[in-house]
Amino acid sequence: MTSTADKGDAASRARDLLGVGRLTNAALTTWLHGLPGVDQVGCEARAAALGTRSIKTTAKAWAIDAAISMIDLTTLEGSDTHDKVRSLCGKALVPDPTDATTPRPAAICVYGDMVATAKKALGDSGIRVASVATAFPSGRASMRVRLADTRDGVQAGADEIDMVIDRGAFLSGRYLEVFDQIAAVREACLRADGSSAHLKVIMETGELATYDNVRRASYLSMLAGGHFIKTSTGKVSPAATLPVTLVMLEAVRDWRELTGTQVGVKPAGGIRTSKDALKYLVMVSEVAGDDWLDPDWFRFGASSLLNDLLLQRQKLRTGAYSGADYVTID
Amino acid sequence: MAKLEYAPAPESRAVVEIRSSYGLFIGGEFVDSQGGGAFPSINPATEEVLADVTDASAADVDRAVRAARAAYRGVWGRMAGADRGKYLFRIARILQERAREFAVLETLDNGKPIKESRDVDIPLAAAHFFYHAGWADKLAYAGLGVAPQPVGVVGQVIPWNFPLLMLSWKIAPALACGNTVVLKPAETTSLTALLFAEVCQQADLPPGVVNIVTGAGATGQALVEHPGVDKVAFTGSTEVGKAIARSIAGTRKRATLELGGKAANIVFDDAAIDEAVTGIVNGIFFNQGHVCCAGSRLLVQEPVADELIRKLKRRLATIRVGDPLDKNTDLGAINSAVQLARVRELSDIGEAEGAQRWSLPCDLPPQGFWFPPTIFTDVAQSSRIAQEEVFGPVLSVLTFRTPQEAVAKANNTPYGLSAGIWTEKGSRILWMADQLRAGVVWANTFNKFDPTSPFGGYKQSGYGREGGRHGLEAYVTAGDLG
Repeated sequence: MTSTADKGDAASRARDLLGVGRLTNAALTTWLHGLPGVDQVGCEARAAALGTRSIKTTAKAWAIDAAISMIDLTTLEGSDTHDKVRSLCGKALVPDPTDATTPRPAAICVYGDMVATAKKALGDSGIRVASVATAFPSGRASMRVRLADTRDGVQAGADEIDMVIDRGAFLSGRYLEVFDQIAAVREACLRADGSSAHLKVIMETGELATYDNVRRASYLSMLAGGHFIKTSTGKVSPAATLPVTLVMLEAVRDWRELTGTQVGVKPAGGIRTSKDALKYLVMVSEVAGDDWLDPDWFRFGASSLLNDLLLQRQKLRTGAYSGADYVTID
Repeated sequence: MAKLEYAPAPESRAVVEIRSSYGLFIGGEFVDSQGGGAFPSINPATEEVLADVTDASAADVDRAVRAARAAYRGVWGRMAGADRGKYLFRIARILQERAREFAVLETLDNGKPIKESRDVDIPLAAAHFFYHAGWADKLAYAGLGVAPQPVGVVGQVIPWNFPLLMLSWKIAPALACGNTVVLKPAETTSLTALLFAEVCQQADLPPGVVNIVTGAGATGQALVEHPGVDKVAFTGSTEVGKAIARSIAGTRKRATLELGGKAANIVFDDAAIDEAVTGIVNGIFFNQGHVCCAGSRLLVQEPVADELIRKLKRRLATIRVGDPLDKNTDLGAINSAVQLARVRELSDIGEAEGAQRWSLPCDLPPQGFWFPPTIFTDVAQSSRIAQEEVFGPVLSVLTFRTPQEAVAKANNTPYGLSAGIWTEKGSRILWMADQLRAGVVWANTFNKFDPTSPFGGYKQSGYGREGGRHGLEAYVTAGDLG
């Protein structure tokens, strides 16, 4: 997806919002630490309670199709090849050869060197190409390299950039540094024609350790201009969890109330079953609301999830559960 | 219309068999009444008659007390604690095995959502039997004397809000300590107690150890006043509790009374707001607010009051009111027409006294007894909805400025059963808990129950404790076997 670039300076917007003349680390710290805390026990209990919703028949059919359309079908391996990526794109174009009514996933998510291959394979299908960037997954490279990585992906045609934040800087309280880096990557998402690739900010919540940190990182990422906040690279355990996603959904909901700007949410990693996906959709619906139940505002970063959703979809259609050999491995 | 519109997900009612009529459970078997009548037990969600239940006479109560006495003298009072424990463990296991049956029946008879009977009432009831089974052979180590003895025959009268759970709170400790019981369930919710009678049979519990007499107020009075009863345990309204205390004055009978409440749920400006919202919802809308310890008075610190109320209303918009058997229902039916009238009356008074009423706009089923989740703001401390127990899904919101004011307002009620504190500051939790005159104080949570934790009130919320080591005290004495 592309959007008209926001030429507004992230720092000036942040100064307005924080009500300060100069954006300093102290100002950011005061603001982030002034956010309400998250009670771990209560947060996890709420996530578990939402997980007990019973989604049946028509609701299940809607939710399975919605979930499929929200997938960022992902392959992020050192062993990836152009053939592998082309095959995955084929899967996205025709998820289920036995049923043409099956929706397509939202995007293919690959490393930067695979972007051109994916773009070519997907053509004008409308399926987007997301490129991980900024020395994914650790982010441990100079800012110069991380920005070059980003521009590389954008130039290759990426519609979306999935960046990682510097967790070390965040955990040591260097919030301004993280802010500046996100804002810089956002600028690097600009294309020559003035449009911009969409920026997803991966917070790697598994390394942030507390829900308070997840909330603060979410606000910091939104403040710096991220279009999406994303849980995980998929390379760190734990990856996406329901309580972490709950905190992020509360953040985007409250952020829109505060600023009028809507930001998307992407849990990624570890979501493998339809049952799990449906729990996430229930949470989106009840916590953030209907506006987020849309591929433009909610994504699943997943690979094997798609096949489980297809199997469940076939079961709803035919009444019988077929098995893993009746969906394609790509 | 929401994008993700939940389809109906009803739990099957076929798992439980309801008889067309029930006798009384006396001396280990179901018997017909002597001179008593019958009354229908209805499903409050549909007003459908589920079964006819016996309205036990004074003669029936007398038979039940005699059966309990015989069982106490003959077997139960003399049995080794370890052996009593085996029976209690067996009952606990059967409750778990038949949990679905109990959950569906409780929901049908009471009107509470299946997710609550399934996830709270029934598992907790089994947990109470497990917990007390463990005590049965360890009473000498409970700090209640070197050789605590049972009291004898216990008369127990329980309310309609948690029928099987209140039964387990009463019967499990009584039996663990070597007493025998005659229990009267509330007249609107007798069915799970009668199903529990079947469990006693299934567990081969000696006849007469547990006796269930159904009926209304007169039956309860006959039980409480029966000279063969050594101890009375009651959970219910403060009004009836007072009548019981009066009627047993001057007798040898001991009593524990667990009565009403008007709990303050106190939210400070540094609280984890989103979790506090969940806690407020669980505090007052759990079980339709039919909870003696419900957080019916929200005290919120002024700087966060507007934000909290806005978030609360937004959250309430996701509350699903309707068919209690549907697994997605959050708020079920009001238990009876009488209770619905009381909730309506007090709500109307609240409005007339100047409070701002907000009810969730939702479709209520045409049949049955229903009341939408309701919040009153701008409530004065003097308003009746801030003082009296509504016992329904109605929340009164008041504000405060300082911790001292919060304490003063929280304590300013004739009740003292429970309270909640929401703050991220640990030292404030400890200070508040010390100041609040409430039997249970929850910190950053609400309506959490556990058999190991004593429960009970101050002031007009009653006396005595149930659960935990403290709860055993009501059921033992230093006296001899009677």
